[in-house]
Amino acid sequence: MSVRRLHPEQPESFAFTEENAAYVQKVIARYPEGRQASAVIPALMVAQSQEGWISLPAIEVVAKLLDMPDIRVLEVATFYTQFQLSPVGRKAHIQVCGTTPCRLRGADDIIAICKNRLAAHPFELSTDGEFSWEEVECAGACVNAPMVTVGKDTYEDLTVETFNALIDGLVAGNPPTPGPQTERFFSAPQSGGAALTESALYDGSVIGKYRAFDREELTPPPAPAAAAPASPAVVPAPAADAKPAAEKPIPKVVEAQGQADSDKVPDQHKPALIEAARDGKPDDLKLIVGVGSKLEELLHKLGVYHFDQIAGWNEMNLKWVDQHLGSFRGRALRDKWIEQSGKLASGWRPPIHGGGQGGGNPV
Amino acid sequence: MLQDKDRIFTNIYGRHDWGLEGALKRGQWDGTKDILAKGRDFIVKEIQASGLRGRGGAGFPTGLKWSFMPKQSDGRPHYLVVNADESEPGTCKDRDILRHDPHTLIEGCLLAGFAMGAHAAYIYVRGEFVRERERLQAAVDQAYDAGLLGPNACGSGWDMDVFVHHGAGAYICGEETALLESLEGKKGQPRMKPPFPANVGLYGCPTTVNNVESIAVTPTIMRRGAAWFSSFGRDNNKGTKLFMISGHVNTPCVVEEELGIPFRDLIEKHAGGVRGGWDNLLAVIPGGASCPIVRADQIMDAQMDFDGMRAIGSSFGTGGVIVMDKSTDVIAAIARISYFFRHESCGQCTPCREGTGWMWRVMERMRQGNALREEIDMLFQVSKQIEGHTICALGDAAAWPVQALIRNFRPVIEARIDDYVSQHGMAAE
Repeated sequence: MSVRRLHPEQPESFAFTEENAAYVQKVIARYPEGRQASAVIPALMVAQSQEGWISLPAIEVVAKLLDMPDIRVLEVATFYTQFQLSPVGRKAHIQVCGTTPCRLRGADDIIAICKNRLAAHPFELSTDGEFSWEEVECAGACVNAPMVTVGKDTYEDLTVETFNALIDGLVAGNPPTPGPQTERFFSAPQSGGAALTESALYDGSVIGKYRAFDREELTPPPAPAAAAPASPAVVPAPAADAKPAAEKPIPKVVEAQGQADSDKVPDQHKPALIEAARDGKPDDLKLIVGVGSKLEELLHKLGVYHFDQIAGWNEMNLKWVDQHLGSFRGRALRDKWIEQSGKLASGWRPPIHGGGQGGGNPV
Repeated sequence: MLQDKDRIFTNIYGRHDWGLEGALKRGQWDGTKDILAKGRDFIVKEIQASGLRGRGGAGFPTGLKWSFMPKQSDGRPHYLVVNADESEPGTCKDRDILRHDPHTLIEGCLLAGFAMGAHAAYIYVRGEFVRERERLQAAVDQAYDAGLLGPNACGSGWDMDVFVHHGAGAYICGEETALLESLEGKKGQPRMKPPFPANVGLYGCPTTVNNVESIAVTPTIMRRGAAWFSSFGRDNNKGTKLFMISGHVNTPCVVEEELGIPFRDLIEKHAGGVRGGWDNLLAVIPGGASCPIVRADQIMDAQMDFDGMRAIGSSFGTGGVIVMDKSTDVIAAIARISYFFRHESCGQCTPCREGTGWMWRVMERMRQGNALREEIDMLFQVSKQIEGHTICALGDAAAWPVQALIRNFRPVIEARIDDYVSQHGMAAE
């Protein structure tokens, strides 16, 4: 364990800024009544972001605020190593990850630069008091090693050159953009990689595609609870070869889609759609019972903004639109949109606006 | 190779919109209300049937864990706690979920919370992930604004709150009971079990603690079905998994793959191969720093899953693969891991508090060669006295890398000692 003590020289007092005091109150509200002690780490953290380090007066203020004995807050402050118990560099405190994955990719060089350029030892202030550094235990960016943390930001995939450039930037008050310091995109392989290249994942076509939970015979027999950690039983595989079993559920989906395709409404039944609302004032389509904000948004995307548009459709138009509702498919037919819209287009409104309950339906 | 259409984390690299709009377009929050309408038991059974094992390292079946929660509340609220205190060297997947695909996790919180009768979820993000925490909070706010969380979440009739909490740099808080202590505002020192969190957890109430990835995959499993998820991987090792490949490979990365992918394929297809070619591979730590180190010949053709790693005397852990080529000083690599555990021991149990420091000091001498050959066996024996004699598994985690080094690289340690002796005379004793 790491043994940590408070700094021998302590300031007279500590007080949260108004903004930070409000933040602490907001954090306290996240926990059940009487459990305000849960906010101790966030409270100390914001105290540290205000002063740069945790002083005894800050500990006492937090203890009072959270109705905790001072010693409990002191315990927390000394236990968690992210809390700085002595002043750190005014401009930057550089935290170098020194664990094995970063060491394998050159963290030693980064630490050597810190020793040469900033201070000979960790937690020591540079001669001008602007900088300090420490070696930290894994900052969680192992695939972007080596890396350092400065304040809230991380600088990753460092080399001797880019780390020197980072220090130069910090000295000049103009640090580089955080993240990988190479051409790389976050944690993707530098080459771009073989994964996630399929554009169909991102065009919205997956919405409503997988509705396995609607299929009846979906659940294979559950694992016998007594079997415990060893075997969370699964689909019974017919043979040792995993692949046939693997493909088993897929035909079902294909079948379902095939069926859907056979009664697909051809595009000739596509109703007249418009690019934008007339005069920029769309009707409140949510007044149609069964239409919520998500469905309304979808209708806008399709080009439906007004009740009279829907009221003017025929049955096939409605079916065509229904097929383009993604996961909401079936709603247009079920909720009789044409009838509802006809009533709404005539100027009728439910008695309690937006209620749609108790006799106020447009149906 | 896993096909793109079967990947759960479709924005793990952050190339697309992390926000709600982008998430919806990628099919998240699709039919959530209908899934909830199927009921609590349906969700638990489906997750059990999918074969999902916890993604935080221990691999405990997730659905089974959920089923331990009381069916009826005895008046105490239930809690879901998500463990985003990702701190083990080699592990960095949850970070990418938090910052690039946060809605997978938030939707998962609603489904899992509902399945265990919890109206509140706390996500405990490690203190160092500041930007990730800000991003997650922004995504949670979006979900509240859209009515996906809060009272009557998704129009399901279930009230669900999700709160983002954070730590302050303590690896031990990744242990579930230490995490609960920390969340209650105390030092993160693990609790004795039993009672287990499912009976006495956060604030003394029934609680389930799950890893970020375990929760984040549940919405997709519910949408596509247990049969789909369990079609990947072999028995007892089902599904897809985020792998993190660091160290001496040409293109380190995070990537989602099918469990059981051969090690060679994983490295070739996604990490650009071993630096200097396969002949240059020396050793691999397959699942994060606590997992036993293995030699190249052991792992080269092994299957990357729980059983595959057990078969070669290691552990799958979180899937954080640390690759070392022949330029590596393996003794130094493990000595640094020993330092890590020494630093992160909470100090509660004597075998761990004293033992991790002792092991590190001996490892440092071994690194130089300034040791006696007999001390290798002594180190092994002492590590056995730490393993299994502590409240939590940190003692075990500290012992395993050292034991594995001795088991698999003993000739290297002996040669180092011999070198030292030939240069300096017999080691000081």
